[in-house]
Amino acid sequence: MSASDLLPGRRFRGLLRKEFVQIVRDPSSIAIALVMPVVLLLLIGFGISLDARKVRFGVVDENRSVESAGLYHAFANTPYFRPVSFLTAREAEAALMRGDISGFAVLRSDFSRHVIDPVRTADIAIIVNGVDANTARIVTGYAQGVVAVWLLGHRRDRAKAAAPAASVEHRYWFNPEIRSTNFIVPGLIAMVMTMIGALLTALVVAREWERGTMEAMMVTPASMTELMMGKLVAYFVLGLGGLAVSVTIGLFVFEVPFRGSFAVLVGVSSVFLIVSLAMGLLISTVARSQFVAAQLAFLITFMPALILSGLMFDIESMPGWIQAATTVFPARYFVSSLQTLFLAGTVWPVLLPNLAALLAFAVLILAVAVARTRRSLE
Amino acid sequence: MAASAPAVVLQGLTKRFGPTTALDDVTASILPGQITGLVGPDGAGKTTLLRLIAGLLMPDGGKIAVLGHDGVPSGVQRDIGYMPQRFGLYEDLSVDENLSLHADLHELDEATRRERFAALLGFTGLAPFAGRLAGKLSGGMKQKLGLACALLARPKLLLLDEPSAGVDPASRRELWRIVRTMAGEGVAAVWSTAYLDEADRCDSFLLLQAGRLLASGSPADLTRRLEGRAFLVDAPPDRRHAMQRRLAADPVVVDATIQGASVRVVLHDGAAFPVRADGDAAPRPTRPRFEDAFVSLLQEKSQAAPMAGALNGSARPADGAAIEARDLSRDFGAFRAVDRVSFDVAPGEIFGLLGPNGAGKSTIFRMLCGLLAPSHGQARVAGIDLRRARATARERIGYMSQRFSLYGNLSVADNLEFFGGVYGLDGRRRRDRIAWALDAFDLGSVTHLEAGMLPLGFKQRLALAAALLHEPRVLFLDEPTSGVDPLMRREFWSRIGALADQGVTALVTSHFMDEAEYCDRLGIIYAGQMIASGSPDDLKRRFATEALPEPTLEDAFVGLIAAHDAANHAANSRPQAA
Repeated sequence: MSASDLLPGRRFRGLLRKEFVQIVRDPSSIAIALVMPVVLLLLIGFGISLDARKVRFGVVDENRSVESAGLYHAFANTPYFRPVSFLTAREAEAALMRGDISGFAVLRSDFSRHVIDPVRTADIAIIVNGVDANTARIVTGYAQGVVAVWLLGHRRDRAKAAAPAASVEHRYWFNPEIRSTNFIVPGLIAMVMTMIGALLTALVVAREWERGTMEAMMVTPASMTELMMGKLVAYFVLGLGGLAVSVTIGLFVFEVPFRGSFAVLVGVSSVFLIVSLAMGLLISTVARSQFVAAQLAFLITFMPALILSGLMFDIESMPGWIQAATTVFPARYFVSSLQTLFLAGTVWPVLLPNLAALLAFAVLILAVAVARTRRSLE
Repeated sequence: MAASAPAVVLQGLTKRFGPTTALDDVTASILPGQITGLVGPDGAGKTTLLRLIAGLLMPDGGKIAVLGHDGVPSGVQRDIGYMPQRFGLYEDLSVDENLSLHADLHELDEATRRERFAALLGFTGLAPFAGRLAGKLSGGMKQKLGLACALLARPKLLLLDEPSAGVDPASRRELWRIVRTMAGEGVAAVWSTAYLDEADRCDSFLLLQAGRLLASGSPADLTRRLEGRAFLVDAPPDRRHAMQRRLAADPVVVDATIQGASVRVVLHDGAAFPVRADGDAAPRPTRPRFEDAFVSLLQEKSQAAPMAGALNGSARPADGAAIEARDLSRDFGAFRAVDRVSFDVAPGEIFGLLGPNGAGKSTIFRMLCGLLAPSHGQARVAGIDLRRARATARERIGYMSQRFSLYGNLSVADNLEFFGGVYGLDGRRRRDRIAWALDAFDLGSVTHLEAGMLPLGFKQRLALAAALLHEPRVLFLDEPTSGVDPLMRREFWSRIGALADQGVTALVTSHFMDEAEYCDRLGIIYAGQMIASGSPDDLKRRFATEALPEPTLEDAFVGLIAAHDAANHAANSRPQAA
């Protein structure tokens, strides 16, 4: 008795040391915590971009005039398009079918005449591959913009027409360049943290079951809470390492701005990491093989983090009942916090409710995980 | 001091898992200062009982008292040393780190820790390997490390779950010595095992069969009842199986099994030895063993197991050597798993590859089945060079493993249909062979039951029937009867004996000394090499001394390994000296 009173935490320190030695010796833990964030961020960060850039766009010039050539160059002069010239609409259609171009504009043979004519309107047909609705909308918008800008300049030159009565000036706040990378990367960090937390703990506990070491540990004076907390603390440290890697890549590779406070970032991330780790522990109370553990971790943490967190799809535009469903997945609060911290700054009215929700999840899931862990094989 | 107060008391202990009863009304006590053998075949309830004592499972009925406590309260773990199956070691931690972890968990202070480490590392011979990862230790060393971890905090109760399974006999003895010393210091040690020869050496035993306590007490008391009823009869090799079958069928005989070149016979109480056939040698009285007692107990409780008939038409004999291995080697990267192994097996011979786990038995086996290409050397099976015509060779061999590769959710008939199809039997021949299998193996009553639901004995018969459907000339048996009860083992081997009499060749791998006794000849496999071969009696005779006139196969094995290691050591040290 006296020894345990004098040296509280000796057992715990022993367990903790064991976890760290295992982490260092086991390349798979390091790979999941430190290498996977790099791969995920680079692949998804570069691969998924919701912007239209250098879109191959056909211009069918049936008119072959100075004006039609001018519009072609207007397309060529934006960063969004790489125009391809066609003589007939039929050829352009064929190219669209083949997937060579994402859309095309048709300039009829009377194009230049109507452009010059102050009364008539020149009709331009824009045909866009609508399979990917999102890209289609963006391409249509950009193409209309190019035509409108060109038309304005052209009329001004030609007719020395008066300036329009009113003009609209756009400003995109928080993400002035409207780079999708700027909001995808913070979301990806949330996904990576979900993976590190839930997958890693669920896997390492399941591995202890598979190898029979959990059974051996249970018949020692170590309590189940000590065993679980040892895992939590060790993988918390590893998770913070993953966070550092992800944030560094976000800031320096993707050049995402960071406008909030780093202290708040670490604070919010720590709370989320505890939520994820607790989730992993909870999974491990059910799954005693690594295979089942991985399946469950993907299904109940990774997929919601990807789909229902606002990372890929805007929560506001989801049907009401799905919006309601998103509230039970902690990832959404973390994604929102990260996007705010990166792009807007330390905006407490947004951060506080998110932080409160994450804290509630951390306490709840951890309590359930501890309550469910019993010193028993049943 | 109540030194003899039991460490564990079990009263009517019952444990169920769903519909199956794993332990049924077990009442027993375990005394300090003794090694208590928890003996029984696989599935008898040994592990469940140990887990109940360790507090890892809750009983469904009855009472359990551990170290004077009612039940297994938390805190009592401090005084329990537990080694689960597969030893419960962290394989990515070194020997030292594993010990340190356990020392921390038991909150040992620096002085105690140093003293215990030194003592246990010396005791187990692990001192030179303190820095090595547990995963890189041999099976025997892992087991000693597991034991050292369990012993670290000087437990009053030591629970060992099959500590000796698959480990070489030399390590087994080492382990036994350590546990014996602990028992001498007053520890209550529980040693679970499926090896019946180990039960003989325990101070007391609990014999479990299908969840019930069949017998308990001291092994000497149990075998004393058989005093004067056990005999050995020498038999010429070609008549051994026939003689065994004849004696087993005799009503005065409780048990007749092959033991080396003899048939071992146990008679009913008060019965006289049956009339000898012409040319039979005179029976020699022998000391009854634990296994004899177990079998006679089982025979009392149940009807005699159906013994195999002649199994007509099950196979065609091969001509020439059935199996020829020449300088067979196999490398896995830089590791040589099998090193220049050569042997011949004659048609109708039962040849055993005996060795501990990891010695290379399975690798040799896989090369001979055509599942793995040798790195060097040649193999011919049933007259076919495996390098040239693996597929043809496979048609001539049958394969059965202990894990019975049956489809659990298919019926017996479906399984036989499937294996018939796989072996390329069609139409009439397939129908005939399946009918033969159902008849010869007494499977008629269970034809439409799912294979997974069958009792172990039926599964074993079905697996053998499936392996024999295509009338193979050579039969490969991978630990066919490890962990099954002795009656099932006898039934199985009498079938194999009948097949051998018809000229079918059998190659068996095993780490069970009991299984090895059934073989005509053995190859002892150790560290990738065949260090000796010969009949079981040959091997034993080499180690007969005045002190040990009747050495067991295990004695022979230990002696062979020691001689091999000594020779190796001498060979290794010579160039350094020069």
